[in-house]
Amino acid sequence: MSGTDARTVAYVATTQYPEQPAPPSTTGVLGWLRENLFSSVTNAILTLLSIAFLVFLLPGFFEWAVFQSVWNASSLTECRQIIQVAHGEGADGACWAVINERFNQLMYGFYPIDKYWRPNVALIILIAAMIPVLFRSMRPLAYAMGVILAGKALFAVYAVATGAPIAIFSSPTTYVAAALLVAALVVGGPARKNRWLILTFTYPFIAYFLLWGGIFLDSVPSTQFGGFLLTMVIGVTGISFSLPIGILLALGRQSKLPVLQIMCVTFIEFIRGVPLITLLFVASVLLNYLLPPGTEFDLILRVLIMVTLFASAYMAEVIRGGLAALPKGQYEAADTLGLTYWQGMRLIVLPQALKISIPGIVNTFIGLFKDTTLVAIIALFDPVGLFNPIRADSDWNGIIWELYGFVALVFFICCWGMSQYSQFLERRLRASDRR
Amino acid sequence: MSVAAGQQEPSFRIDMLWTDERYRSLFIQVIAMMAIMLGFAWLVNNAIQNLSDLGKDFDFGFLWQPANYDINQRLIEYTSRDTNARAAVVGILNTLLIAAMGCIAATLLGVIAGVLRLSKNWIVAQLMRVYVEGFRNVPLLIWILLIMAVVNESLPSPRAFRGEDGIEAGAIVLTNRGFYVPAPILDNFGAYIVLVVAALSLIGVFLLRRWSTAYQAKTGELLPPMSNTATIGVASLAGAAGGFILGLLLFGLIATQFSISAPAIFWPAMLASALMGVLVARWAATSLLSGLMIIILVVPTVLVFVVLGSPISLEYPELRGFNFRGGVWMRDSLIALWIALSLYTGAFIAEIVRAGILSVSHGQTEASFALGLRPNRTMNLVILPQALRVIVPPLISQYLNLTKNSSLAIAVGYMDATGTLGGITLNQTGREMECILLLMAFYLTVSLTISSVMNYYNTRVKLVER
Repeated sequence: MSGTDARTVAYVATTQYPEQPAPPSTTGVLGWLRENLFSSVTNAILTLLSIAFLVFLLPGFFEWAVFQSVWNASSLTECRQIIQVAHGEGADGACWAVINERFNQLMYGFYPIDKYWRPNVALIILIAAMIPVLFRSMRPLAYAMGVILAGKALFAVYAVATGAPIAIFSSPTTYVAAALLVAALVVGGPARKNRWLILTFTYPFIAYFLLWGGIFLDSVPSTQFGGFLLTMVIGVTGISFSLPIGILLALGRQSKLPVLQIMCVTFIEFIRGVPLITLLFVASVLLNYLLPPGTEFDLILRVLIMVTLFASAYMAEVIRGGLAALPKGQYEAADTLGLTYWQGMRLIVLPQALKISIPGIVNTFIGLFKDTTLVAIIALFDPVGLFNPIRADSDWNGIIWELYGFVALVFFICCWGMSQYSQFLERRLRASDRR
Repeated sequence: MSVAAGQQEPSFRIDMLWTDERYRSLFIQVIAMMAIMLGFAWLVNNAIQNLSDLGKDFDFGFLWQPANYDINQRLIEYTSRDTNARAAVVGILNTLLIAAMGCIAATLLGVIAGVLRLSKNWIVAQLMRVYVEGFRNVPLLIWILLIMAVVNESLPSPRAFRGEDGIEAGAIVLTNRGFYVPAPILDNFGAYIVLVVAALSLIGVFLLRRWSTAYQAKTGELLPPMSNTATIGVASLAGAAGGFILGLLLFGLIATQFSISAPAIFWPAMLASALMGVLVARWAATSLLSGLMIIILVVPTVLVFVVLGSPISLEYPELRGFNFRGGVWMRDSLIALWIALSLYTGAFIAEIVRAGILSVSHGQTEASFALGLRPNRTMNLVILPQALRVIVPPLISQYLNLTKNSSLAIAVGYMDATGTLGGITLNQTGREMECILLLMAFYLTVSLTISSVMNYYNTRVKLVER
């Protein structure tokens, strides 16, 4: 029986129907709106509430922060006067003039003004020292230096136009940036990338020499360090030393030697069990007791040690997670190949374990960078420590949002940048997994 | 037999200590041990030397001497004539108070934000993303100081509530010196009876849930949906009453927040509370279990409360002179610390919750739908139990972080353990070493206790692998 002919089946299509476009309510802007904003009654209510919230908040915010803000004034009272004159009685606007006036203090603390080029150069060399670690080629260095030089050139043009001296362009910063730009273009090929690591490893000495001075440069006592300079000094030191120490602690915790293991576990659990602030108290009042009588020991150096130890313990736990996630076969394979313990760790285990723990490592870095603000509590003048002196100044008495907001924004950009880089790195390493 | 005895036993050479597997590990450990012990001995020796040079000793006797300073925020009786030890206990209790308050608020915020970040609603998800990224990437200390400054400088001072044209003070008063909330008066016997009944009801609900789970496990049957009209009625009434009271509390708070006078807020608040009552009543009427739970929770307590002639009354804050008296005064420092810690930790918890929910594969949801479970049962029975396994350990470590971060209280003058023991006591007695050691011991105890609880939980919920 042939079955499916016209007499036994009620309806048979004899022609191919042309493809129909999707209903307009599911495509385009309308479809997107339906899908993402109004998919149900609850969602529609939530959407409307959110929009109401934004409408309530955003126009006022922009009016305050942008349209009615003041950039040049010498005190909060003057700011308010300018706003009242320009926008009428009762108008409210941001007084960014406080950032304008205190910018140098927020950046460099009490570092001597004629020596600002030294932290600047240190920062530029820091970029050059970081790029061989962070990227595959030196090209980002060329971009970064290009941006810096272009910015300086713009300022110089502005200075010429307004008749001011163009000293800003002929500073050591410019020369170093230009030299690094040339170096990145000439010897920045992938083949030579590893040589740049020499710069990375010598960077601590370069930075110490530039910031503290000594042989050729006038020495600057660290009591004059402050602002974001101090944040960077503590953050960069902590980040660069906590990773190797953390790796050693993690390996020690996994070690088969009981004494080493117990030592590492005790250290890690102790550090992780107490707040950073108590360790900073140790640095500020207790460390003097524990050193030989008469030792004069720089407070910032003491803080650096404590912050590094603190971050190392957290780092060790993150890396231990990575080591534990690695299949046992990898360890056994390293042994089978006849590699020594350190060879096996360096060539087989750690590259994989560190790759697994990248998100955790970067989170620890971010946490450390944020925790540098705690030094304000032991009376160091990092940006947070500068809040009170600035607000105690009669000119700026009563300023809150502008000052706190600016410092918070700088921290946000740094930390958010770090987390974006970690996501970029994860994607890159995942791509190399696929092959 | 003495056959070539010299060849059998290779002579021990000194370099075998680090080349021979047999001796190396022992050798390394002995060296490490010696280095550590020498290091410790050196530190202790330095400390003894330094202390004796300064004419100090290592003695905890100062703990039993009068503290000679006041603590404004305290949970137990304390005067400046009490001992340093008691001051430290006041501080420790304050730490535990802020930690408990912070953990509860942060969990609520975090769970809501985490779930909403996964919402299909684009704008809500983006708003939550802004919240999470904003708080995670800015130091906590800045948030604490900012909120403290905002409370101090933008809220009205108690003086602004004075006189005819002053702001009308509601039941909850927000001033730049802190928040004043009504305090329950528990000075009679009836009040305790009500509290005991309420506690028993809570235990009853807990037992009921356990019993119904066991019943379902044994017979494979859920408690039937409600059929009896009378039960539905009582459950709905109880639900409506409970929801109404909850709504009044909630919207009363919102009303006072904006300093709206009582008549203006009365009807909207009533309406909102009634709506809340209806919602709870609807939920209570869905099944026997939820109905019973609401009945047990609400009915006995309300009955006892009414029968005993409302033994619990509220003491409202009242303006006397330049300040408010009565009620509970939550100081500005406590408020700033609480809000900042909750918002900051809430952002981290939101990410944990999100990761936990995402960790349950979509196949689980689909399988559950295929079995015919409705969305909320899918959430409760399939997704949450699996997600919790991922969520709880990092959640508890966030609680631990919050507790440790509460030591930042010292920046706004909230007298927690760091502020008393590590702050004023340390500065007044000059006993740096003793104070900091005690402080570390306290935080270590808390941390180790919480992590042992976490380890216990981890071993309990660990997947049993075959």
